[in-house]
Amino acid sequence: MAFEPETELVECDVLIVGGGMAGTGAAFEAAYWAREKGLRVVIVEKAAMERSGAVAMGLSAINCYMGMKWGENQPEDFVRYVRNDLMGLSREDLVYDIARHVDGTVHMFEEWGLPIFKTEDGRYKREGRWQVMIHGESYKPIVAEAAKKAVGDGNLYERVFVSHLLLDADDPGRVAGAVGFSVRDPKIYVFKARAVVCCAGGATNVFRPRATGEGLGRIWYAVWNTGSVYSLMIQAGAEMTQMEHRVVVARFKDGYGPVGMWFLLFKAVSKNAYGEEIEKTRAHELLEWAPYGNVRPIPTPLRNHLMLNDIKAGRGPHYLRTDEALQKMFADAQNDPRKIREIEADAWEDFLDMTMSQALLWASENIDPAKTASEIILTEPYLMGSHASACGAWVSGPEDVAPKEYFWGYNRMTTIKGLFAAGDGVGASAHKFSSGSFTEGRLAGKGAVAFLADHPGRPRIDDARVEWLKSALYAPFGTFETHKGLSTREELNPHYLFPKQAMLRLQKTMDEYCAGPGSYYMTNEPTLLRGLELMKFYREDLQRLAARDLHDLLRCWELWDRTWCAESHMRHILFRQETRWPGYYYRGDYPKLDEQNWKAFVNSRYDAATGEWHLQKKPYVALIP
Amino acid sequence: MPTYVNPDKCDGCKALDRPACFYICPSDIMVLDPALGKAFNREPDLCWECYSCVKTCPQSAIDMRGYNDVVPLGASLTPLRGTDSIIWTVRYRNGQTKRFKYAIRTTPWGSIEPYEHSPAPEPGALKTQALYAESRYLGVPQLPLVARQPQA
Repeated sequence: MAFEPETELVECDVLIVGGGMAGTGAAFEAAYWAREKGLRVVIVEKAAMERSGAVAMGLSAINCYMGMKWGENQPEDFVRYVRNDLMGLSREDLVYDIARHVDGTVHMFEEWGLPIFKTEDGRYKREGRWQVMIHGESYKPIVAEAAKKAVGDGNLYERVFVSHLLLDADDPGRVAGAVGFSVRDPKIYVFKARAVVCCAGGATNVFRPRATGEGLGRIWYAVWNTGSVYSLMIQAGAEMTQMEHRVVVARFKDGYGPVGMWFLLFKAVSKNAYGEEIEKTRAHELLEWAPYGNVRPIPTPLRNHLMLNDIKAGRGPHYLRTDEALQKMFADAQNDPRKIREIEADAWEDFLDMTMSQALLWASENIDPAKTASEIILTEPYLMGSHASACGAWVSGPEDVAPKEYFWGYNRMTTIKGLFAAGDGVGASAHKFSSGSFTEGRLAGKGAVAFLADHPGRPRIDDARVEWLKSALYAPFGTFETHKGLSTREELNPHYLFPKQAMLRLQKTMDEYCAGPGSYYMTNEPTLLRGLELMKFYREDLQRLAARDLHDLLRCWELWDRTWCAESHMRHILFRQETRWPGYYYRGDYPKLDEQNWKAFVNSRYDAATGEWHLQKKPYVALIP
Repeated sequence: MPTYVNPDKCDGCKALDRPACFYICPSDIMVLDPALGKAFNREPDLCWECYSCVKTCPQSAIDMRGYNDVVPLGASLTPLRGTDSIIWTVRYRNGQTKRFKYAIRTTPWGSIEPYEHSPAPEPGALKTQALYAESRYLGVPQLPLVARQPQA
């Protein structure tokens, strides 16, 4: 391995970090507003944009679509739904803004060539109130084609991993670019930019998954989403919100196949091993979580809560009764073989579009879903901002909607001037999914160009900082070379850790001290403080990460991302002295919802100069009655 | 279900400037073994089983074997992806076979013209809430605007 990488300097106006759904949306919209002004928009992506991000594999549904043109839902309806699913706390201006724009995005996807299921009267076929069904195997390649054409040749940097944002040498509250490295060649990239849109992914593998051998990667959210979007912004000093939030979902066990279509369209029910529908038999347990427990649909964390209670009571396994649902559908279709075939094709497509592993698992266990029910289980936690989850940056809302506390000049700008976020990167604004993330990328991309129109100057890069980062980025190579001769076994050496080894240590700490599945999602202050003690040793040891090649180096820096996410998550959970999202996590020392004191956002800011975390409450302002 | 490569089929994509699986893998785990001249999965436990490499392999040399700490052996799931549809063949452990075909795209690849409906923004539009050609796409006459609540 070469230890003296060459450096490539890339100058642009708008830099988009991450080419997933949010990043492609940001690229598409920013390039539109930028081109008449002669501004250069660049996307940097750690993989190949055609198959990158959470939608790389495909999707079987678009989960955020209002259907305003058919009068199906209005944005206000969506805000009320999201607010309740999040147990009261959402930035309603942001949720509303996604909802009012998202239909246009979906209609554009259809024009580009995304096949959407239709009803006989020409409407989109609904899977549920907010979901439309798609043939989404090529969803990402289609969207990527549009984004590539939008930014034009020479403006897409693939296989470049962005590790740090750069701040203006003359104003540490303003963004100036980013630094990263190629995962293909010995080369470090310095991006000088006047605005940056942070569109990378949320965090997986922070917690120990249920399979820890070869199945370590078979988790629900994309395994290559390592929390870069949070880590980049935390280290830059951006204010973050709801980092205590997380998502835990009930999914088909071991394959993590989607259940939405089964529940919403096929009307399947889940039952415990004794045939009880726990959402009915345990409905009284929702009452102590009023007012949110009284509303239907039951909020995602409360559904988890009922299942967890049932598991702890020894009533599992829990099954999604695909058999009963399909037999009823077959009977309703008078057992017409053609209709049965259509139903079966739809059932399998849900997996084959987006979680092929589940289809292979069914085949491996000889499961015919029409005859055999399948187990469901709760996942380990993921840190995300786009699903039933609300981690992310604290951003300005849209000028015409945001309350004054939530507006500071440019839509989706963080508290760092010129730094914008979208998708998993924006907090307190859940249920965006793919279409909403792309839409939010568009809003942020336009916001970034609007910022540039008012701020013609070019920030100055601190050369000393860049040189320091360049040497830090490649340090794991030096660690390995220096110490590799001190043991006869490469993986067993007291002077270094390989990234996989350190990742397993992080996962163990998070599982045991920060309310992972192994602890039934339970923690308290002493447990968290003990976890933070262990995290201190762990972080010190990360200085000794070792890399043999660029792939190892990628894993080293992905692990740093996961680590920043983990620490932020722990500190936020410690700060919020209540249990607001039972079924996601519990504070044993504060086991109840506390509307009086904690119906507020928890925001944090990391101060890189002192290494201190500053946490505070931020008021919740209702927008929609 | 990590990918594995059939050595009899993989030719290392000699005719291409880089192996197709190496180019596409979102997890950066498919790589060429320079000594063998064939691809392999260098990190099976960080494979998400997304099938991107399987679908793109010009030799159909890549397959899945269910992850060994969870999945019984003997089944297979094989895609054949064309320009407008994909065919999946599911083979059960007990030998049963199912086949499904789904649309993947309704327009020709490469046909997207990003800004065909509004090549340039209208003057002043940068300061509004409107996105590119939004009046064409939104499906309702105006972008909704909620009345602000009186603030305490």
